[in-house]
Formats: sequence, C-alpha cells, structure tokens
Amino acid sequence: MDLFAGEYCLLCNAEVGHETSWTSVFLRSSRTQVCAVCQNKLKLLEGELCQRCGRVLEPGYREGRVCYDCLRWENDPEWQGLLSFNASIYHYNNFLKEVIARFKYRGDYALAMAFSAQLREKTLGAEADLLVPVPLSEERLYERGFNQSEALISAAGGEPVNLLSRVHGEKQSKKTRADRIHLPQVFQIIPDMVESIQGKRIVLVDDIYTTGSTLRHAAKMLRAHGAESVCSVTLAR
Amino acid sequence: MRFALVDEKLVPKPLLTTGHPTYPISQINSSCTPQCNSAFDFNPELQTYLSGRQLLLDELPFPFAEIQEHYENGYLVYRQGILLKGKSCKCARCGTTEARWFSVFPCARCGENCLYCRQCLMMGRVSSCSALVSWTGPEPKAATVKQHLLNWNGTLSHGQAAASAKTVAAISQSSELLVWAVCGAGKTEVLFKGIEHSLQQGGRVCIATPRTDVVLELTPRLKAAFPRTTVASLYGGSEDRHLHAPLTIATTHQLLRFYQAFHTVIVDEVDAFPFSVDKTLQHAVQQARRPGSALVYLTATPNRKWQRECLQGKRAYVTIPARYHRHPLPVPKFAWCGNWEKKVLRNTLPQNVLSWIKHRLNAGKQTLLFAPKIASMEKILPILRKLHPSIESVHAEDPDRKGKVTKMRNREIPLLLTTTILERGVTFPNIDVGVLGAEDVIFTESALVQIAGRAGRSASFPAGEVVFFHYGKTEAMVRARSQIMRMNREGARKGLLD
Repeated sequence: MDLFAGEYCLLCNAEVGHETSWTSVFLRSSRTQVCAVCQNKLKLLEGELCQRCGRVLEPGYREGRVCYDCLRWENDPEWQGLLSFNASIYHYNNFLKEVIARFKYRGDYALAMAFSAQLREKTLGAEADLLVPVPLSEERLYERGFNQSEALISAAGGEPVNLLSRVHGEKQSKKTRADRIHLPQVFQIIPDMVESIQGKRIVLVDDIYTTGSTLRHAAKMLRAHGAESVCSVTLAR
Repeated sequence: MRFALVDEKLVPKPLLTTGHPTYPISQINSSCTPQCNSAFDFNPELQTYLSGRQLLLDELPFPFAEIQEHYENGYLVYRQGILLKGKSCKCARCGTTEARWFSVFPCARCGENCLYCRQCLMMGRVSSCSALVSWTGPEPKAATVKQHLLNWNGTLSHGQAAASAKTVAAISQSSELLVWAVCGAGKTEVLFKGIEHSLQQGGRVCIATPRTDVVLELTPRLKAAFPRTTVASLYGGSEDRHLHAPLTIATTHQLLRFYQAFHTVIVDEVDAFPFSVDKTLQHAVQQARRPGSALVYLTATPNRKWQRECLQGKRAYVTIPARYHRHPLPVPKFAWCGNWEKKVLRNTLPQNVLSWIKHRLNAGKQTLLFAPKIASMEKILPILRKLHPSIESVHAEDPDRKGKVTKMRNREIPLLLTTTILERGVTFPNIDVGVLGAEDVIFTESALVQIAGRAGRSASFPAGEVVFFHYGKTEAMVRARSQIMRMNREGARKGLLD
C-alpha cells in the first residue's frame, strides 16, 4: 500500500486529499470518497420535510406536516398506511440525475460507495429487521448486470434479503403518475420466502422515490403476507 | 456471459447444448480462432456493422445464434474484454492498466465477482465476463475508388504546399509524420491531397481530434472537398454511429470502438486535452489503425519531448512556420502586475492591467482576456463590468458558451473574459489578447502559444497585441515566446513572410 498515493473522487475521478496527515495514515477507512466540489453539488433534503415521504414541504402544497401527494395516497382506502414513511437523502437535481444514470444504466457499481455513510445512517435509523431490495425482472437484471437496490443495501453495510420478484414490463421511468398508480401488481413474493415475512419490520431500499407507487406496490404485497410494517429509504427524492 | 470450450471453440452458455463446464471469458485461454470457411453464406449487414470495429455483444443487434454461426465459420472473433495477467489487469478496449480505474461488482451475467473498467464505462461496460467482438471475414467491397475526387479550388501557400507534399509522401509510404504548423497556418487544406491519395488507393481514412467542436467544424469542410465520398462524423450521440465510410471524422473517444480499421489515421491537435494526458486515447489510435498504416499528427504546439525528437532527427516532421497571410505571428509581451489575486479580493485590478483594458475599450478594439480559474473569473467580471456593462465571461460549464462566442463574433461584446476553454479553435478577426495571471500552472507552454495564436489571424487585420500579465515570469512563458520567435525567424528565412 502506498500511503502517499492520491485518492480519487468516486464521482468525478479528480484527485482528492493530497494532504497526508497522521489521521489519514492511520485511519484509512475514514478517507474521503467524494471531493468537495461534487459534495457541494449534492443537495441534502433539509428543513421542514413531509412526515410521510421525506420531501421538502412547500407552502401551498401541504396540509400540516404532510404534502398533498401523500394526502392523496393516504385518503385512498386501498393505499392508506401501507408505507409507514419514506426517508430520502438528496434532492434529485441534475447532478444526482447524472450520477444515478451512470450508476444504474451505465452500470458503475462502485458509485454506491459514494453514499455509504448516509445510506447506513438512514437504514439504521429506520429500525428494521430486514433490508429488502426492490427487485428487477430477470431480463432487466441481465441487461444491467446488477440490481441497484441491492448495491445500495450492500453499500450501507447491510445484507440484502430478496423477498420479492418482478414480472417484466415497461420501464417505470417511461410512465406518467396515473399510469403508475393504476398499474396491476408487478411484484410477487418469492415462494420460499413467505415464512420470513411474518411479523417483520421491513425497510425497502431504492435509488429514487418519484411518485412512491413502486414502493407502495411492493409494500402492499409484503403487508398482505404478514409484514408488521414497511417503510422505505431512497437515495434521491 | 459464461462460455464453454467445446472442441477448441468458444460456445456462449445460452447456446450450449452439452454439459461442458462454463467460465467467464477472461478465464479461458484459447488462442484458437476457427478457419475462415469460404463457402459460408455470411450476413452482409453484420459485415458492414462489424468490419473494422470492436463491439460488445450488447452493441450488436443480431441474434446470438447468428453471431455464433459467424464465429464458428471463422468470420468473427471473441476477444477477452479484460485481460488478466497475474495480479494486474488491462482493459482490452481502452488499454487502461492503472488499478484505480478498476472495480468489482457481483455480476448477474456470470454469477461471479466481475472486474470492470471505469475508464471507458460510458461507452458500455467492459467487464471480465464480456467479449469484444471483431470481424475477421472479408471486408465490405469499397465503392469504385475513382469517385473519390478532390473538389477544392483554393491555392496553397508555399509553406502549405511543402507540408502537403510531405503528407502525401508519408501516406503513400505508410509512415509517420508530424505536421507542426503555427496557429492560423491553414492545416486542414494541407491534408486534402494526402486524403485523396489514400482514398484512391482504396484506403479508409480517419481524422481524429479530441474535441467534438472540431469534428463539427471539419465535417462540412471535408464533405465539400470530397463531394462524392461518404463521410461519417462521429462524436458522443452522433447519428452516423454505424456508418461504414471511407472517410471518418471522429473524436478520439469514438476511436475506442474501432479495431484495425484505417489505412491512414490523422490525429489533429495531438497536444490538446484530453489526448495528451490520456494514455487510453493514445491506445485508441493504435488499436484503430491497421498494421502498416500511415499516421499523421497535426499540431501547432508539440510537447517538449516531441520538439526535442524533431530537432534530434528522431521524428519525421515538417513545419509550416508562417501564416497563410504571410505576416509574422504576434510576439507576446510580458508585463509584471504584482499580486493580482490580492487586488481582485479588494475588488480592483492591478493598475497596468486596468489601463491596458481601458485603452482597448476606448479605442473600440475587441479583446480576449484569459484568467486561470472559474473562481477568480467570478470576482473579476463585476470589476470589469464597471468599465463597460456588456463585458461577458465564459467557461467550460457555461450553458451559454456558444451564444457568447457568437456575440463576440458579431462584435456585441467589447471584451470577453475566459478560461483556457477558448485557447484554441476559435477565430475572431481583429482582437488583442491579454492573459491575467500568466504564471499559473494551467498556462503551459502550449496553452500560451495557442492563446497568443488567437491574435492577428485575419489577412485584413494581421497585427494584434498579446500581453502576458504575470506575478513572476515562468519557464512556460519564456518558452512560449521563444517558440513563437523561432517560427517567425524560420518563416522569414524560408521567404514565407512579406
């Protein structure tokens, strides 16, 4: 190991941390994975957040501490209370959009590690029994080579537990909100895993929360099979 | 994807009918390539798609079974995407060997931990279970070569004509040549005869350049010069991606998808970022050319090593030491301006810089002012705007870069503050050029030669003042100035100046 070798930012590949201190020599694990410039482009979700979905609350689009989108979900008896809450880390801005595209579509698995600490904090904070990835269909999994949700759970230091499978369909990102909500159930419980669900508090992990419909469809399936509660953690909102 | 080795031939797992063991391709050492079966009825579409290329299986819109059939009949080969050798590895597409560019992921395709290359990831992931596919069968028949006639009526300057003759000679002998032409010498025209020569021999020609801007600028000029030749213009997201053309103009990045394709490769602006810093792009050039092909480098500013090799006679080169308009290159002046950064923090500029700028604004002479960092530019712009409200600034990430350059051309901006992004490729007819903080490391010898080369480009306004304002003279500044003066002397000696 070369103690004085430069480290490189995972996101932009620029060299970071030229300065070598005793801390950097002895505590290699605490090294910076993301340079200050990139860190600056990532915007944490801060301030007053929707209690349900974790977005930043905006005036005129809220009732109390819940946003209108979540009210719509919670006023619908079919979806009421299925997803206890969602916690997200960053604003889905143009910079993160590019990072996620590189991670998920170009398949740069290593990028998940850039968010390791934040993901760990959020998943631990959710106090769950199982960390469950949102599954890909077999075709999509082959195409991408890995499941981004599983990669995020591993980066958080967790053990992904696959409970769900997914039937192949059109990409979510090509659909409108109405399309997504009125979608037939695309998830199934993996038959061997039925027993592992009983009474468990489950955290679903995904890259992004857009309308929340993917996560709610998954939550619905898990709750119907005996999960005590289902919440979610996503990188972007 | 996993492959099995059956009778010395690779068989991808989805097509395997026997119980042979399968492995990721990087773990199979098979040098055997099937003999070409001339009786095989190959698919000409696959031939034009793949000839001279190296593509991932994902990039081929043909059924697996058909691809495999061509392989078994000796019309294509599967090569390992990642070459593993002991503890070290190499990406076969981009040539990267540095460990920091490699990472591992649990791969759903081969079921193992797969090593992948992050350097060329944006062109499709190459991992230790991916195969690079190239064509080994007969090449697509070239259209009758007589049609590749040059249709250009301009005349070459004496300097250009000499370089053009040398280029033709290098291309016909399949050798290497460096064309060292000053900024504004008219490099593109020098290539025409050589390109025509190669095309008429039935050769494929590629002009590679690091910058998309240059591809876009060269394409219409070459299409006009060779009106009956198909020209493919390749850059990230271009539509000619699958066009098999006798004349290809590509960014050096796009060369990564080519394999032993070209009889002549011309690399424009060898020294420009990122080619000079990026070994992988050097590798791309080597991969894309055929064995025994011609290689021509074009630049106004070869690096120190190349300059030395030229002067020592170790590298074949030709210079065009003067501009086509027969006026000498403006020689930069040095002006010490003290700690300008401190001044900027106090919202002002050094006195000599201010008076130089005011003088230009009063005289109505357009000016390009270079500064080292985006950060300092943000502070300098408001200071300059107090002198004239229409002063603008531009940098690489500026979304309105093109718009501002156009405004500058239309003389709507009296002074444009810029980072090194405008050091090359742009031509404004009648300007003066200043560099603030010329001592900064970003202003290398070649950057400064290029910057000085922005002045005096048009025949109607061949003079322009170039001033390097500095807080301590650097070697790069001195070398840049002496390079320019050397070219002027050579131009005068050869009778290329009036």
